[in-house]
Amino acid sequence: MINLNFIYSELFLALSIMTLLIVGVFKKNSSILIYNLSIISLLICLALIFNFPINENVELFKNSYKIDYLSSFTKILLISSGVFVLFLSNKYVQIIDINKIEYPILVLSSILGMMVMVSSNDLILFYIGLELQSLSLYVLASFNRDNLLSSESGLKYFVLSALSSGLLLYGCSLIYGFSGSTNFFIIANNLTESSYGLTFGIVFILVGLAFKISAVPFHMWAPDVYQGSPTSVTAFFAILPKIAALTIFIRVLYVPFFNLINDWQMIIIFLSIASMLFGSIAAIGQSNLKRLIAYSSIGHMGYALAGLSTGTNQGIQSSITYITIYLFMNLAFFASILMLRRDDKYFENIEDLSGLSKHHPVLSFSFLIVLFSLAGIPPLAGFFAKFYIFTAVLEESMYFLAIVGLLSTVIAAYYYLRLIKIIYFDSEKEKYETNHNIGLKMSLLISTIFILFYFIYPSWLTEIIQNIIII
Amino acid sequence: MFEIGLGHYLILGAIIFTIGVIGIFLNRKNVIVILMSIELILLAVNINLVSFSIYLNDLTGQIFTLFILTVAAAEAAIGLAIIVIYYRNSGTIKVQEIDKLKG
Repeated sequence: MINLNFIYSELFLALSIMTLLIVGVFKKNSSILIYNLSIISLLICLALIFNFPINENVELFKNSYKIDYLSSFTKILLISSGVFVLFLSNKYVQIIDINKIEYPILVLSSILGMMVMVSSNDLILFYIGLELQSLSLYVLASFNRDNLLSSESGLKYFVLSALSSGLLLYGCSLIYGFSGSTNFFIIANNLTESSYGLTFGIVFILVGLAFKISAVPFHMWAPDVYQGSPTSVTAFFAILPKIAALTIFIRVLYVPFFNLINDWQMIIIFLSIASMLFGSIAAIGQSNLKRLIAYSSIGHMGYALAGLSTGTNQGIQSSITYITIYLFMNLAFFASILMLRRDDKYFENIEDLSGLSKHHPVLSFSFLIVLFSLAGIPPLAGFFAKFYIFTAVLEESMYFLAIVGLLSTVIAAYYYLRLIKIIYFDSEKEKYETNHNIGLKMSLLISTIFILFYFIYPSWLTEIIQNIIII
Repeated sequence: MFEIGLGHYLILGAIIFTIGVIGIFLNRKNVIVILMSIELILLAVNINLVSFSIYLNDLTGQIFTLFILTVAAAEAAIGLAIIVIYYRNSGTIKVQEIDKLKG
């Protein structure tokens, strides 16, 4: 008998997606109702995760579905950031007229895909979750369908993401053939020595996952897709798929392939170094804020991968801490961007920030905090995130990785500080509107307070994350 | 007589896979060709999985294949829909003209 109460949250989410679709079809002009109902169903879903003790470790469906501390923690992160993203884009989707009933439903179904993905313990289940996530994301990227840029970004994301799924699947087929099973535990037992087929399989799977996480050299879709898609979708893109992909990176590398750590460690180190350097150098010449944050997120993924490359529990924990803090920083950044509105038009270029502090001191102050935190300046949360990563890396005496990471932090600080200079010292422009809805204000407030006051009691987050033990 | 074994199937799969990947990168004309190349990649994976499944005497590979076929159909449908909205906005689906997003 399978204990279904461990997957109540997934079941509830799947059922509410179908119910909301039916309601949306049969009730005319119900887009706002569906939007609010989907936020409520995400909140119920969040409550259902606490249905059982969260530190329980169970495998369901013949070991193919794993509920442990890592998956529960990531699900909480995913659902709460989904709620925040829906909150902060409430008004945006109405103003640029993409508030169709499908929009929140697609967000929900991609969150469902990510939830399946983070607790998968089998290649088939992993693939199904990944595809459910990406199929919804293709449509979300091109959701503003009368806009050329949005449809182009959807097309580019579709082509590159489908290619990466293909590569990943080819890797899965090789792993299945050479290890004889699709279950992660059995693969881990059967892989004792490396062979060419296995190494190829691991490389293909890593390439596919690196596409999803937008690590260099598989990053080329990220800036275009971030710039072209509607800003609410960009906020979604910048946060949720990264959390899910990083978690599945941990699951795949540390459960089935841990014996072959010598084969994959160099690849992860290379991805990490390339992402850190590229993310900080290529962002310098950008003029669009969304494009800039795309390059910045490539760099941040480099740091998260540096934590993963260590091969220790401490490294995994530092990566999870990093992605948690990254989530809050990006939420605050996108909430600030969404406040740049004048006469029902949104602004997203760097020059639109010029002289912002004269008319909007509070908004400029939150921009200041977010940018300082992204640059990693103490005592803000971003500094602690990088500090944990470097501690874990130095513990394994990987000095080269740490030095490159520190150097690219210095390079990246240039473009973050340039934005602050533009906000505070350049000539002022027209005033922006200030009548934002409560969801946007609350999201900005919560995330800024988290970043600003994290240093007062940093151990609460690390104590929670210390329970994640994979190896 | 000449015996066809696992290796031949794997080589066939690898060739089709390579054709698919090259088709995506070398194609400069039409987005539809990219869609066909993606299908080729997925079919190469299916050949691999089915031949491994027969070789290992284990049904999991064939079940995996059924899942992949379903997902591939959904992916092709979404891809065509995106291509249609792109065509409506720009009037072309030539690959070298998809360059409005640059920085």
